[in-house]
Amino acid sequence: MARIDSPEELAKLRQEVVSHRDPDAPRVSVCAGTGCLASGASQVVAAVKTEIERQGLQAAVESRGTGCHGFCERGPIIVIDPEEICYLQVTPDDVPEIISRTLKDKQVVERLLYVDPAAGEKVTRESDIPFYKHQQRLVFGPNRKIDPKNIEDYLAIGGYRALARALFEMSPEQVIEEVKRANLRGRGGAGFPTGIKWEAARNAPGEPKYVVVNCDEGDPGAYMDRSLMEGNPYSVLEGLIIGAYAIGANEGFVYIRQEYPLAVENLGVAIERAEEHGLLGPDILGSGFDFEVKVHRGAGAFVCGEETALLMSLEGVAGEPRPRPPYPAVKGLWGRPTNINNVETWATVPLIINRGAAAFASIGTEGSKGTKIFSLVGKITNTGLVEVPMGITLRDIVFNIGGGIPGGKKFKAVQTGGPSGGCIPEDQLDLKVDFDELTRAGSMMGSGGMIVMDQDTCMVDVARYFINFLTDESCGKCLPCREGLRQMHSILTKITEGKGKEGDIELLEQLSEVAREASLCALGKTAPNPFLSTFRYFKGEYEAHIKDRRCPALSCKALISYYIDPEKCTACLLCLKRCPDNAIDGGKKKIHIIDQDRCTNCGTCFDVCPSHFDAVRKISGEPVPPPIPEDRRTVVKKGKRGAGQ
Amino acid sequence: MDTEKIDQIVDEHQGEASSLIQVLLEIQSEYHWLPGDALHRVSERLQVPLTRIRHIATFYKAFSLVPKGRHEVHICVGTACHVRGATRVLDKVQDLTGIGPGETDLELKFSLETVNCLGCCALGPVMVVDGKTHGKLSPAGTANVLKSYE
Repeated sequence: MARIDSPEELAKLRQEVVSHRDPDAPRVSVCAGTGCLASGASQVVAAVKTEIERQGLQAAVESRGTGCHGFCERGPIIVIDPEEICYLQVTPDDVPEIISRTLKDKQVVERLLYVDPAAGEKVTRESDIPFYKHQQRLVFGPNRKIDPKNIEDYLAIGGYRALARALFEMSPEQVIEEVKRANLRGRGGAGFPTGIKWEAARNAPGEPKYVVVNCDEGDPGAYMDRSLMEGNPYSVLEGLIIGAYAIGANEGFVYIRQEYPLAVENLGVAIERAEEHGLLGPDILGSGFDFEVKVHRGAGAFVCGEETALLMSLEGVAGEPRPRPPYPAVKGLWGRPTNINNVETWATVPLIINRGAAAFASIGTEGSKGTKIFSLVGKITNTGLVEVPMGITLRDIVFNIGGGIPGGKKFKAVQTGGPSGGCIPEDQLDLKVDFDELTRAGSMMGSGGMIVMDQDTCMVDVARYFINFLTDESCGKCLPCREGLRQMHSILTKITEGKGKEGDIELLEQLSEVAREASLCALGKTAPNPFLSTFRYFKGEYEAHIKDRRCPALSCKALISYYIDPEKCTACLLCLKRCPDNAIDGGKKKIHIIDQDRCTNCGTCFDVCPSHFDAVRKISGEPVPPPIPEDRRTVVKKGKRGAGQ
Repeated sequence: MDTEKIDQIVDEHQGEASSLIQVLLEIQSEYHWLPGDALHRVSERLQVPLTRIRHIATFYKAFSLVPKGRHEVHICVGTACHVRGATRVLDKVQDLTGIGPGETDLELKFSLETVNCLGCCALGPVMVVDGKTHGKLSPAGTANVLKSYE
């Protein structure tokens, strides 16, 4: 491929790519993001290719495996444009029918459509599915339209237009001004204004300067950065080049988790393609601006998402945070001015340059502009990635987009902001989601993970879980974080085991305060949040564990017992056969009883007992009723049992 | 261990000391652990003291200083999987294999690791064995999956 040496040549190439594509010709997009691949999307992609050839349609139909579409719950997903027909949970066996019925006969395969649970109606178009309908997919939307390994797909949707505009029509100062006016705030956690950060790095004395992409997405339950990097690495690179031009950097790094092999691969391909086209490397687009990018794989350390730790890791040493100030903008990588932004922030930059700051700032709330991608996971009907305007309510996200809680269970809380974020209870569901409102509610935006919890989730256990995670991930440099968290974890574990005692809460509060005040980096300062926010909203659960030895959510293993209700047991043998510990006594027509001494509380009996019997119960905080006498254990007739009665 | 292979990896990174982590990652993916001889060679070639290499090899989770089993079992204990019952899956695997996270059994059959989110939260709880994802697992289902590995 020849280099592109001017904006005119870029426009010409784009024109050429577009002219070869008939907008009315059928296009098949198969989601090949990590979630769908795990449910078998690669076989679907292969089947689509084979079937198109077998039915002789290769000239008339385009097909591609794309990045994540977001609706991970129903993967693998196929969307057929231009009609936008959306098929869900597709298997390779469905593919021949899809190709012949939909592409040849122009008919819809009804059984693969989304069924709206409220109305019971089938939905054909992707954008009419409630999950998508309430979203505004500005940054994440292009994912569905491009094959991440094909730069032409990105050019066809207007890619690198923002770069050409920045390099040829704007001075570096104007680019910074535009980003400042858009009031873009960092999507990685703290929400610091991006334009101000760029300006600081530009004005800082010292050469060379560096720009860095932080793709060390460590928050469990958050995978939007991964999906962007896998599905549309070009947009991240385009934003990065624009930022480098604005700041005056000629060298950039992408710090990416090695746990994301597909993202590493697709990014590598994107860099190669961009270099071949003269969109990276020396004299980009003939503008005289040189910029090169290196990829650095992270080796698995949560703390490296913190910017100073990330820089240490880039320098090839252990990722232990450094004190700030000096901020990286002044003294960063190898002591030089360095600007670090998160993946989503970089990917938003081309959008701002293309549409203008005013258009971007017209979306969102007073303090938080634009859209944000959240990963909606946990006890939620529609697990997936959602992009919504800032200021949308939590209720809209959880119920309108997420479809509420599965299994008729009751919503309890949503946890935002990653391990050091907080939980937001039901009475605050109308909270408008933006940086400031979430902080006011005692949580934070973080990178945008939203973990939904229902009545079965124990909030003390959630706090214990996050503190355990952070104890493990503490780099060990500061004592209040290293030792304080260890103590907090030990106390919380005891509480979940029913060994809590008077004074535990006060001790947890003191340890929290010290960690918050005396730790160097954000990991330690925010580490007590999981305890503080669950305690703030769910004090009663802590008290039940400590005073009554009871877990109200019936979740803490040490505080519950399983019990078979003799009135409901029909002696169906299911639990008896499946119990891995042989702890259930019974037989044909003989009511089953759990031997409490042998039971390990694994919950298998509870899971397998058919819901129309509903005979296995969890009990907490009260003694298990004694087993019924042997002479009454015979099942006589459904509903009436016991010999001689 | 093959000294030439290690040298080749070091050379690909121009022998720069700052590329130490990248070099170790490649050795890890080649051998599935970091053999002592390899670390000595890296130390010589990159002119980095062995203490610093050990510091990095123990600081970052991707590295192992002991050999791994034939089958690598990764159990996701990310938040989404946790609230969907990942602990029960982990308990079951520990029961069946007799090893805890970070350990390898004596027959070198299984190595067990926990991971903090694999990004397929819709499938939780998730276990990955040798790169193959098994989703929506119950303790009983977990046992069935493990049985299929020799």
